Amino acid sequence: MPQSDFRIVLGGEAGQGLQTLGALLAQTLVRAGYHLIAVQSYLSRIRGGHNEFMIRYGLDPLHADRERCDLLVALDAESVPAQEPFFTANSPVLFPSSLALDHPRRTVIPTDHFGPRLFENVAMAGVIGTWLGLPITILRETLTDLLGKKAALEENVKVLMAAAQWASEAPPPIRGCPPLPPTPSRRLMLNGNEALALGAIAGGLRFAAFYPMTPSTSVALTLIRHADQAGLVVEQAEDEIAAINMAIGASFAGAPSLVATSGGGFALMVEGVSLAAMTETPIVIVVAQRPAPATGLPTRTEQGDLEFVLHAGHGEFPRAILTPGSPEQCFDLARHAMELAEQFQGPIFILTDQYLADTYRSVDPPPLSPMSLPPRLPPPQIPYRRYAFAPGGLSPRAVPQPGIAYVVADSDEHTEDGHITEDLDIRRRMVEKRLAKGQGLVAAARPPDWIGPEHPERLLICWGSTLGPAREAAERLTGNGHPTAVLHFTQVWPLPIETFRAKLVAAPKTVVVEGNATGQFARLLRRETGLDFPRRINRFDGLPFTPETILRALSHE
Amino acid sequence: MSNDNPPLTLEAFGHYETAWCPGCGNFGILTALKQALVQAQLPPDRICLVSGIGQAAKTPHYLNAHVFNGLHGRALPVATGIALANPDLTVIVESGDGCVYGEGGNHFLAAIRRNIGVTLLVHDNQVYGLTKGQASPTSWPGMVTKAQPHGVFASPFNPVGIAIALRANFVARGFSGDPTGLAQLIRQALAHPGFAFVEILQPCVSFNKVNTFKWYKEHSFALDESYDPTDWAAAMKMAFREDDRLPLGVLWKTNRPPYEAHFPAVASGLWKAEPPPPEQIARLFDAYR
Repeated sequence: MPQSDFRIVLGGEAGQGLQTLGALLAQTLVRAGYHLIAVQSYLSRIRGGHNEFMIRYGLDPLHADRERCDLLVALDAESVPAQEPFFTANSPVLFPSSLALDHPRRTVIPTDHFGPRLFENVAMAGVIGTWLGLPITILRETLTDLLGKKAALEENVKVLMAAAQWASEAPPPIRGCPPLPPTPSRRLMLNGNEALALGAIAGGLRFAAFYPMTPSTSVALTLIRHADQAGLVVEQAEDEIAAINMAIGASFAGAPSLVATSGGGFALMVEGVSLAAMTETPIVIVVAQRPAPATGLPTRTEQGDLEFVLHAGHGEFPRAILTPGSPEQCFDLARHAMELAEQFQGPIFILTDQYLADTYRSVDPPPLSPMSLPPRLPPPQIPYRRYAFAPGGLSPRAVPQPGIAYVVADSDEHTEDGHITEDLDIRRRMVEKRLAKGQGLVAAARPPDWIGPEHPERLLICWGSTLGPAREAAERLTGNGHPTAVLHFTQVWPLPIETFRAKLVAAPKTVVVEGNATGQFARLLRRETGLDFPRRINRFDGLPFTPETILRALSHE
Repeated sequence: MSNDNPPLTLEAFGHYETAWCPGCGNFGILTALKQALVQAQLPPDRICLVSGIGQAAKTPHYLNAHVFNGLHGRALPVATGIALANPDLTVIVESGDGCVYGEGGNHFLAAIRRNIGVTLLVHDNQVYGLTKGQASPTSWPGMVTKAQPHGVFASPFNPVGIAIALRANFVARGFSGDPTGLAQLIRQALAHPGFAFVEILQPCVSFNKVNTFKWYKEHSFALDESYDPTDWAAAMKMAFREDDRLPLGVLWKTNRPPYEAHFPAVASGLWKAEPPPPEQIARLFDAYR
């Protein structure tokens, strides 16, 4: 009896080709037409250590991972005890010949017959793909695309084909995997950071600067991958302070700009956030959260920097914080953030986390429409006043170029034409002008999404990457006769209160689900709505929420 | 405003009231900068001045040009972003020794290594002026201040020595007391592709009672024509002299390609590009199928 969805866990040490094996299987599944979510769990090291690549796939869209292991592929001994608690009645364990451990559920794949040990991962892919019923043509094509022009491509393909041939003649130990979809798909396989980078490019990004920091680095790496084709410059700065100042410089000169970092790196950028606000320079700041304080758990996840990002920067100034919950939302909100930054001339944040950053999903190609950014050159006006008092605080923005006298920006309090001033009346008016942009940001704020039954007995409130697990938990509860809805915030600041306050008042029972210890969003909601949210589910052990963690916590209520 | 105007004169850069102390070395540097810009016939609307914080960093407010007056120590990264976004602008950084060598030391090293097309003018008076007289990275050991009552213990930073050691594209040293000679050096720096650095000795009449105008006069000397600024070993020797005499002039120059020349997208002008059309984004999606 095929299951609606099937979950494979690949376990091994860093350096064993686990990533290639996972990517190969996952991409093949997406090309074959399945829906998929693939989560990576890795340690902060280059070689060794137990890592996992988990693929859940099926015929219907999937929004979260789950705690179940239908098939374990063990490249290291540690995989077995780690996954045994999640076995079903008949989960098989596949070992390569180099690790033929004794286990009642074992099937040993004679990988050494197909090629040298270096190709063990590809041999495993050939066998698993065949037993899952994946077309060998797609598997082979995916391997070719994945390896590109690598010298060993031919040998890899030989190993893959030999392994697939062997598997087609061996009795498959795998039961219950979903049938092959009727047609292959044109869906994309994207993780959050890739989607975010693509969305920023679609939003007109031309310059990005970064200093490498897990889990934000892949935003910059994705931008670099497309830099020449898309006509942008991505600079690895000497530190995060330089990164944000470079981006501010490029943006001041007219190039829509972005920085991407994680908690500690963002701590270094904070002075620059205030500079962007004071000089009214558009900038998109991506903060990919990981557990802190300090270095924390570099490769794990958390939603612990909401209050940090909300309050970062000395002085009072407006900002917006967008919190995507899926690769689709990463694309959409990154594009939106580029627009908002240019429109409101200041810092706009995208707050993501390791779970969303590294988790792959099959997604339909995001909808595209032509977009234009607000003009960067106002009608000729000599002398030009960069900070002219204007409705909504939005001074017409010019960038330095011949024919304009002159674009002057200052981190000191300044006059309308940008020069240092200590005139205290101008000071007061400039504060009001900058803060006026906050009203515009409220009007432009995205309301939260309501997902599920209109009149639930329980409402799960969440933000950012908790969307998927909360959504699946709610669906399962609803399916079991307990109508449950999710209110998901893709923007946590500013909050368009009037769009959702009545729903919160009407909801019979609310639970705030978030990945931190102290309930930062629950506290923010209370401050902004005056409503209390005593029921909370918090996770802060470094792992992402699963539907099961939420269901277990709810069952204790 | 446009290129077709009659030859550019000092008038184009205007006259402004300053916040500097009477007798400050900054006045000589401002005069030299304006002279150099006139000599180079660079109109103010093609120039972007970038500075950090300090008395020197106020200079951009005192002449006509596009200006970004940012944070203490951070002028070079801002200038780097501007130079990459719009390579047609002449980007000039003006700040003091505390800003560039102290708070911004890492950026100084990185800008030299990149060879970004920026001219850096450092007003080096060997003391913090705006915060009223603490030691700076270039203060001499033994200098007594309110913050260093037993004298400076740390050994001084040698900016030209470090820049030459890193093979910066252009390294010169000038003196605010000789605006005409300084203007010559700034003009050469502006004409030199890539990163061009002019270290400018400058008395602080309020807080530096050691390195006075008279002291600089006595301790500096002009490099003569026999000096070859393309001889790196000679330049290193000159920059790290055993005596306390300070050579003035072009100390070192070379011709690494400017950083911005490595990026095809820079030449087409990041600053004026419109968002890509949907079909271009759709093509990027193919890499994820």
